[in-house]
Amino acid sequence: MRFIKHALKTWLLWELVKGLALTMRYFFKKSITVEYPEERTPLSPRFRGLHALRRYESGEERCIACKLCEVICPALAIVIESEERDDGSRRTTRYDIDMTKCIYCGLCQEACPVDAIVETQHFEYASETREALYYTKDMLLEVGEQYEAQIAANIKADAPYR
Amino acid sequence: MGWLDMAITAGIWALEILAIAVPVALTVAYTTYIERRVIGIMQIRKGCNRVGPFGLLQPLADGLKLFLKETIIPTNANKLLFIAAPVMALVPALVAFAVVPFGETRLFGIWDEAHVMAVAHLNVGLLYVLAIGSLSIYGVLMAGWASNSKYALIGAVRATCQMISYEISMGFALVCVLMLAGSMDLAKIVDAQAGGFWHWYIIPLFPMFLVYFISGCAESNRTPFDLVEGEAEIVAGHIVEYSGMWFATFSLAEYGAMILISLLTCILFLGGWHAPIEALDFIPGTVWLLLKAAFFIFVFIWFRATFPRYRYDQMMRLGWKIFLPWTLGWVAVLGICTYAGELNHSLQFLSDMIGFYQPWRS
Repeated sequence: MRFIKHALKTWLLWELVKGLALTMRYFFKKSITVEYPEERTPLSPRFRGLHALRRYESGEERCIACKLCEVICPALAIVIESEERDDGSRRTTRYDIDMTKCIYCGLCQEACPVDAIVETQHFEYASETREALYYTKDMLLEVGEQYEAQIAANIKADAPYR
Repeated sequence: MGWLDMAITAGIWALEILAIAVPVALTVAYTTYIERRVIGIMQIRKGCNRVGPFGLLQPLADGLKLFLKETIIPTNANKLLFIAAPVMALVPALVAFAVVPFGETRLFGIWDEAHVMAVAHLNVGLLYVLAIGSLSIYGVLMAGWASNSKYALIGAVRATCQMISYEISMGFALVCVLMLAGSMDLAKIVDAQAGGFWHWYIIPLFPMFLVYFISGCAESNRTPFDLVEGEAEIVAGHIVEYSGMWFATFSLAEYGAMILISLLTCILFLGGWHAPIEALDFIPGTVWLLLKAAFFIFVFIWFRATFPRYRYDQMMRLGWKIFLPWTLGWVAVLGICTYAGELNHSLQFLSDMIGFYQPWRS
């Protein structure tokens, strides 16, 4: 009996028919493709994209030039120089991030005691030159201004889990 | 015959050839598109949908790209053979279409009797198709040899073994069709299957139909028999050194062969241009033939989306140890059934049964 069953399965190409039936079932399934430039996947609040330097609402820079981010950066992508400002506070004179070195680990963000350096959800900043990827303090502050609302919302959304 | 008559005849020939060659080339182009879309959909992706509406201009874009690419001829290659090989591969694939009958026509009632729509209506059409089909091996073998590359050579040797092995069982499967139809004329084979789907040769010859179609896959080097170009071990087989338009010529030949096999499967086993039931005869026969062929092209693509590649020894075992005895056995069974009534009167029912499909006996 088992022999007959086995022979039938072999000669009727049963396994092959089963395989064909499987692909045919998938033929009628809905495609899971996200057509990227037109459609986007949702981004997590913890998404690690382009960096930004933030300011307080008063307009004062948050960064206090503690250089914790520079120290923790595993890719040595951050370079900071600081000086005493006229009012006696310590501020950065130079805050460069080399985006070609950065590995987007998010450790700078973790290390920052004042939430000054953050990573935004912005990730489409590819450029045709390397120079455009060497971000200076002014450029980072500008990114911060542009995305402040989004950054604040994301920090707030993630706060309960920290 | 005057010069004018000759010119007119030549002109009509040229038109006939164009009427076959241009649609074949277009079908090949759009088969690549359909293949990418269908495999995409089966893998719950979308496939190419960027160039033009639904990606319909993709084949044109691909063609343009391949035209503009440089043709690289390897330093130590045999230049003449290297360039001749793609042509040798493409020519048999196209020439075989010459005898394929696409239907019968009275040209909207102008002609009194129906003419077969084929460039050349040969009375040995089937033999011609087999002969031309064997020639396509030369293109592959020449490509493998001329490339002067070990991958190409191994691919070509594999291809030759494979095509020769499967040609035999393919031939025997066709012998079964001949024993039923009693003619090598493709149009007569189709006419022998007239009158509804219960006359089609797929019913008495179902195993031969499977053998023919699977051998067809092997002949045209399609998955699951595409170990000729197994990427994992021999990169791309005989086409590894080819680029640009010569590369495209090889895939043109492959898809051409695939379309030819689909058409022949319909003609030999599925009643060609006859409708499944006579009530549906108002739809032109050519449409039926093309619909059936389109289904088999889909099946080729479906196979590709489903089956993994055979191992080399498995493929050889299938060809020599399964298909060959099976087809030979079926030839014997058919022959015995045909003449069983003459041997012993009590076996007449066998002859009658098989005689239903044999118009040449009545």
